[in-house]
Amino acid sequence: MEYLTGQYNYWVVIILMMIGFYIVISHGNLVKKLIGLNIFQVSVFILYISMAYVRGGTAPIDAAEYSLYASPLPHVLILTAIVVGVATTSLGLALVVRIYRAFGTIEESQLSHVEEDD
Amino acid sequence: MTHSLVLLVVIPLIATPVCILLHKRLLIWPVVFTVSWITFYIACDLMLAVRDGGEIYYYLGSWAAPWGIEYRLDSLNALVAVIVSGVNALVISFARASIFQEIPEDRIYLFYCAYLLNLAGLLGVTVTGDVFNMFVFIEISSLSSYAMISLGKHRQALLAAYRYLIMGTIGATFILIGIGLLYAVTGTLNIPDLHTRLSAMETSRTVITAGAFLTVGITLKFALFPLHSWLPNAYTYAPSVVSAFLAGTTTKVFIYVLLRFLFSIFGTGNMFDIVSLDKVLMICALLAIYSGSISAIYQNNIKKMLAYSSIAQIGYIVLGISISSVAGLTAGIIHLFNHALMKTALFLCVACIVYRTGKVSLKSLGGIGKAMPWTMAAFVVAGLSMIGVPLTVGFISKWYLILSALNQEAWWLALAILTGSLITIIYVWRVVEAAWFRTPASELRSGKIREAPLSMLVPLWILVIANIYFGVDTGITAQMARQSAELLMGMP
Repeated sequence: MEYLTGQYNYWVVIILMMIGFYIVISHGNLVKKLIGLNIFQVSVFILYISMAYVRGGTAPIDAAEYSLYASPLPHVLILTAIVVGVATTSLGLALVVRIYRAFGTIEESQLSHVEEDD
Repeated sequence: MTHSLVLLVVIPLIATPVCILLHKRLLIWPVVFTVSWITFYIACDLMLAVRDGGEIYYYLGSWAAPWGIEYRLDSLNALVAVIVSGVNALVISFARASIFQEIPEDRIYLFYCAYLLNLAGLLGVTVTGDVFNMFVFIEISSLSSYAMISLGKHRQALLAAYRYLIMGTIGATFILIGIGLLYAVTGTLNIPDLHTRLSAMETSRTVITAGAFLTVGITLKFALFPLHSWLPNAYTYAPSVVSAFLAGTTTKVFIYVLLRFLFSIFGTGNMFDIVSLDKVLMICALLAIYSGSISAIYQNNIKKMLAYSSIAQIGYIVLGISISSVAGLTAGIIHLFNHALMKTALFLCVACIVYRTGKVSLKSLGGIGKAMPWTMAAFVVAGLSMIGVPLTVGFISKWYLILSALNQEAWWLALAILTGSLITIIYVWRVVEAAWFRTPASELRSGKIREAPLSMLVPLWILVIANIYFGVDTGITAQMARQSAELLMGMP
């Protein structure tokens, strides 16, 4: 039981990761694929943030009353990764808009039919 | 402390907003052209500085490593930086007319911005000594290449870009997971520091998992065999110039990233002896060589054929790496350089053909050799180089590869490499036969199709001559490759 609850964050990370990855692979709708991709990325963000957390730790401030610190570096890294994720999603959505204008559909099954005609 | 190392990345990065401000199509190309040749000059200068096995460091903001971000140049990434900036300089010199024709006028300045961002990203990946910084640069270059691919004329370009985006992001996220796990174990992101700390501790399951995530993520980015599905369409439907640039640089840089992670961070003890990753890579490489070459034979679209052949050539490079001896690594690194020369030349030939005829299918190109002799002659030389005919760079690669295979007494591997080359002959010959030995179509005979303009032929032929020059005088490439290989294998 300790094994399950003690690693609670990491279980959430793995479950989210698998959900996201599964959506990317299984869904035919291009927007849904991007949603899956986002969930997948977010799970990694949680992984980084959980890693850095120390129970009872504070920000590394050099003062007499604090002695236990949590590392702020992963949080900073993840801020960057979030920006990258936002850029990826917006580019992906922009592409989906253009695909819809060019093909008239965003379903993978119908797109593959169009592909054979081209 | 010299600043040229950081300027390599900063110059293209700063030129990007300048391009947006200029906005005028006539002014932008000269700016991009100048920037490209300046970066190439800096890269060459840096390579000469580390030629004798030295290293150059640059601490960003003067924060000493491992606390701050460090840029670090040794013979391996100096060579990669020269490949990237050199290919870029030639492609940009070539690009002007082709871009005018293939990209809508109001988007040209945006195209050049994406292009410069891609260059900055790739050079950043090459010179950085910090793995998270590397991830950010990987994403800068990848995002801009999705945008560039989607600018292709055909509507399939959009789908190709979308699929590349999905695959590429999965790859990048895998890399991010791997870096996170490594940080959890070691508490550092600096490459040499990671290596010291990892070799001091016992190999834990976390380290192995990190290695697995990183390997899958990186091989996805450079399209090693089972993960290559995004590449053929992306290269086929991208604007011709973009295909040439991506084929010559992106895959090379990601193979460099793999080398860095496997050898400079994990060390062969971790990944090769415990997980026997070298065997996995060897199987993937052989499958890549055969599946890529055989698929290339059946393509009627020349660009798609070259894309499949890229998959096969990536196989050769990885094969050299998977032999995991100094000789094997040397062969892989030499082929890294040589493949950039030949594949860029071939894609530029196709760009010339597209510029004059607008067609890429083999059928419509019957007898084009008579209308465009210089372009097709370049194709023949670069094609021979890809087959591995003596006096071309391809021969040098194959020679070193076969030697390293024989060194390990793996004669079957040498045989496999030779058979792969034989298949290459078939698909190169299909183009040569169509171009030179068929009667020209009526459109070609009427004299409407002329030779490509000089502004395209000169950069193309510089590349072709480089194909021959580095096939005769292997002094620089072999020395740099051997030095890098010894560095990676941890020999002084």
